[in-house]
Amino acid sequence: MAHRVSVLALLVVFAASTLSQAKAQELPVSEVAPGIFVHLGQTALMTGENDGATANVGFIIGDSAVAVIDTGGSVREGQQLLAAIVARTDKPIRYVIYTHGHPDHVFGGAAFTGDGTVFVGHRNLPQAMAARGPFYLDAFRRIMGAPSMEGVRMIPPTRLVDGTIQLDLGSRILTLRSWPAAHSDSDLTVLDAQTKTLFAGDLVFLTHVPVLDGSIRGWLGVIDELGTVPAERVVPGHGPVSEWPGALDGQRRYLGTLASDVRKLVARGEPITVAADTAAASERSRWQLFDDYNARNATTAFSEIEWE
Amino acid sequence: MGIARPMRYIHGVTARCRKGLPAMSGRRFHLLCVASLLGVVLGARAAPAATPEAYDPWPGLVQDIFNNRPMNDGAEVIAIEMPYRAEDAAIVPVTLRTKLPLGDSRRVRTITLVIDQNPAPMAAKFELGPDANVTEISTRVRVNNYTDVHAVAELSDGKLYVTKTYVKASGGCSAPATKNADEARSRLGQMRYRQFARAGQGAASGAREAQIMIGHPSHSGLQMDQVTQLYIPPFFVNQLRLWQDDSLVLAMEGGISISEDPNIRFTYVSNGAKRFRAEARDTEGHLFQKDWQVDASGM
Ligand SMILES: [Zn+2]
Repeated sequence: MAHRVSVLALLVVFAASTLSQAKAQELPVSEVAPGIFVHLGQTALMTGENDGATANVGFIIGDSAVAVIDTGGSVREGQQLLAAIVARTDKPIRYVIYTHGHPDHVFGGAAFTGDGTVFVGHRNLPQAMAARGPFYLDAFRRIMGAPSMEGVRMIPPTRLVDGTIQLDLGSRILTLRSWPAAHSDSDLTVLDAQTKTLFAGDLVFLTHVPVLDGSIRGWLGVIDELGTVPAERVVPGHGPVSEWPGALDGQRRYLGTLASDVRKLVARGEPITVAADTAAASERSRWQLFDDYNARNATTAFSEIEWE
Repeated sequence: MGIARPMRYIHGVTARCRKGLPAMSGRRFHLLCVASLLGVVLGARAAPAATPEAYDPWPGLVQDIFNNRPMNDGAEVIAIEMPYRAEDAAIVPVTLRTKLPLGDSRRVRTITLVIDQNPAPMAAKFELGPDANVTEISTRVRVNNYTDVHAVAELSDGKLYVTKTYVKASGGCSAPATKNADEARSRLGQMRYRQFARAGQGAASGAREAQIMIGHPSHSGLQMDQVTQLYIPPFFVNQLRLWQDDSLVLAMEGGISISEDPNIRFTYVSNGAKRFRAEARDTEGHLFQKDWQVDASGM
């Protein structure tokens, strides 16, 4: 009897969770090119109000399978993204591709851990997720609160990219490329050759001030090379879908200004605290969230450039 | 009930670890500490989030690090400066300044920096050379959480003086971890020395300002190797000594709260020495040594 009761309880729990999943609101997405859907994240910090939905996330539908690109900033957002996919196709989700390991891009991973779904990322990503995961989980429980963090865990990629690989979604080939340290040390891009659409992750920021968590010199180098990628449009990690490669201009200017301001401070023998207060101040009016990230970018850039 | 048990457990374990840290009794001890901390960190995760402000670890830290010696108000003895908010959790600047007036017969022997809410609160202990008159030390630390940061000066009269500041944790995707894994490895053991001009003070005064940089990844050890599923042992600079000729200027015993690529900027008074020398050791027993010609102009 006890056994039957627990089975029943399990069934109820299972039904309830399936139900809640089926009823998960769909994340609003738009079809930016045939078979390519994107949700534009809010230009904001991750909070309990927005459930961490601040990064752009999307999916690509091929003839036989679907690839999800980034999972959102909470399992709630991930489930809503899943609902948006299920509403548009019944093809299986074969790949979840991470553009890098930041919370607004990977916290939704647990929504996609179904059978046969392979998680894909930069060769450095498992290490980055291991090193940062426990800290992120703690910090964002504090920042977003327990409801938004429900079910969030780090799901590291098992298929790693070191250089370039191709994934076939059925008459649709995606080219994944890993990059040297730039925005972070595990940045990866996805190019859909068919529509010439580039998912750049946080290697490209528009509107939202660029956030530096890897290498400023590396990023400036990557921007030049990234500009040669044969795409017509870019889905940036933050900001609107834009023309390529013109979308790179703003952040090239910002990062160039930051690097040269910091370089002058280092040469003058100023301490790192002065960089936080003054570097790239001329860029302030051109970006949203400038005051939230610029001092940090300057601190990070200083600790790199002082080794030149 | 859910929360009471893990809290007590955390206190017990960190207390044991902290006791070991000031003595820097060697690598094995650190490994033990970090391993037990890991158990706590992981075990505690299931418990409801505790507000960091609710529990004040300082009394326990005074007991464990300072053996419960009396703490005197340090307002007239030492100052600590940190930004109100940690912009980058991995690189939070901190400046320590001695405030003893000229003519005071006492001198500052050591300054201990404690970041209360970090996994290893004891960040560094600085020993000030008896004849170097170091009055200012700046470095960079990792800050994991909203936290009090204490600076405790031990004077030549044997008494302890404490002052503190408060730092808000960083937001966003900033983490107290490596930003560039490939670069961190390639820089291991590089050392740089730089002298700065002291505004308004001529070379004749002997006042100097200098900086030492050491390339080191400073792994906290709180991370698992994905292939072996074993925790990577902590790996950081735990000892640094700086001399002008054979006279000690400054020494540091460091922990995992010191930022990657340890960077110390400090003032001192020249004894006319021609060489400046640095020696650093890490938890794997590497010894890094280098010396430089001192620029006589004081620049
Ligand atoms: Zn990012």
